[in-house]
Amino acid sequence: MVYCLIILLFAVGLYGVVSQRNVIKVVISLVIMEHALNLLLVVLGYGKGGAAPIRVPGESPAALASRAVDPFPQAMVLTAIVIGLGVTVLMVAIALRLYQRYGTYDIAEMRRLRG
Amino acid sequence: MTDFLTVLLIFMLVSAVAAIHMRSLLSAVIALGALGFASALSFLALGAPDVAIPQVLVDVVTLVILIRATLGRDVKTTSGLRDTSGIALSVALLILFGIFAIQAARHLPPLGHAGMHAEANKPVSLPPGADFDPAAPSHFYIEKGPEVTGSANTVTAVLLDFRGYDTLGEATVLFTALVGAVVLLRKRSRSVPSLPSGAGAPSSPGEGGAAS
Amino acid sequence: MNGMSTVVKTVARWVIGFILLVGLWLVAYGHLSPGGGFPGGVVIASGFILLVLAHGGRSADRVFPRPVARVLDSVGALSFLFLALLGLWVGGEFFRNTIQKGSPGRLHEVFNAGIIPFANLAIAVKVSMSFVVAFGVIAACRLRAGGAFESEEED
Repeated sequence: MVYCLIILLFAVGLYGVVSQRNVIKVVISLVIMEHALNLLLVVLGYGKGGAAPIRVPGESPAALASRAVDPFPQAMVLTAIVIGLGVTVLMVAIALRLYQRYGTYDIAEMRRLRG
Repeated sequence: MTDFLTVLLIFMLVSAVAAIHMRSLLSAVIALGALGFASALSFLALGAPDVAIPQVLVDVVTLVILIRATLGRDVKTTSGLRDTSGIALSVALLILFGIFAIQAARHLPPLGHAGMHAEANKPVSLPPGADFDPAAPSHFYIEKGPEVTGSANTVTAVLLDFRGYDTLGEATVLFTALVGAVVLLRKRSRSVPSLPSGAGAPSSPGEGGAAS
Repeated sequence: MNGMSTVVKTVARWVIGFILLVGLWLVAYGHLSPGGGFPGGVVIASGFILLVLAHGGRSADRVFPRPVARVLDSVGALSFLFLALLGLWVGGEFFRNTIQKGSPGRLHEVFNAGIIPFANLAIAVKVSMSFVVAFGVIAACRLRAGGAFESEEED
């Protein structure tokens, strides 16, 4: 059920990328897709205990393992989130440049203005 | 917990649909901020505080940057969807994507399945319907992580010791993306593109960087 | 880019110290509690972004000039690479953890984790300075509808 909702979120973002006319809406849809993917990765790593994988003093590995979630997708999603911010900054820079060049954020207008 | 997650996901879906369909750009950006915050809450519910902290901050910075791009411009509202062939194409694409996604999701283990255990080579009992154990390397990380690396936070140990190469790649990608953004927004000669064909502006090296 | 009102400026001046402190704590204790180089770096970047937003681009530039941020960005990336190569020279493998570490009795002390605190610091410097530079560039460009694009950048 949770997987279906996350896939639906990704599909909403994909629909936004393909069908919207405004560049900023396309950027927003790409950010939605990225959120959905990060969520899917962390949800895959959820385990029985539901606790964070940090060892408190004096605990054995077996005790930690019985209550912890998977640390590996968390590490990957951590870097993915920060990279996603960098890519969003780049996309906004592109959008600002497009606004400077064509005076509008509308893709159909830009296509018309290019001749 | 699953109920909490389901409620949050429904909230995220509603705000995603709102963000895409709202006419005013500022409201769409604010709906995106709500989406990011709900996403951080669900990371907390999933036992990932290491991920929830940067998610909140990245959401805030994304909000600031998007508002900077949309506030104070002439275009504050959008004019809707593309032409009809675009809509038909996008619906067809979504149906295709949905078919493949449902097929793939059938192979995933159910939420919160067998969990972690601390012996790296012990076979894991998989629930029926799952073909693989998605946590396979992590049994080793949990068992050996704090002793071998000396760091109690397993996620940091994975990021910086077991998977340090990926972190180096991440630093490189971040550097490249931000250098691209800086190059795109440099000072140019102030030529106004007066011709409708857009032939007036000088060609800028930023257009090559936009492809990266 | 203009700053905001006096109330915002005063509150920002008080709060920035705490924000930077939280960021440094996340970086320094990243291997003992949730955090690490990436969240700490983004927190420090948010502190500087608050500085730019509250005081305006020009006064923020006087406090923390942009060329300094660019140099620090590259320094952070290069020092992370240097730590990785240190593993290669000393230990024989790329990224091998070479500094003192490992005795399980001292698990929860700050300097017991080998290369990890220094790598956290390098990553935090790199991430924060990258976002400070990028935000400074975005904040400095002033667009007017219809084309004339003025950037306050000098190069």
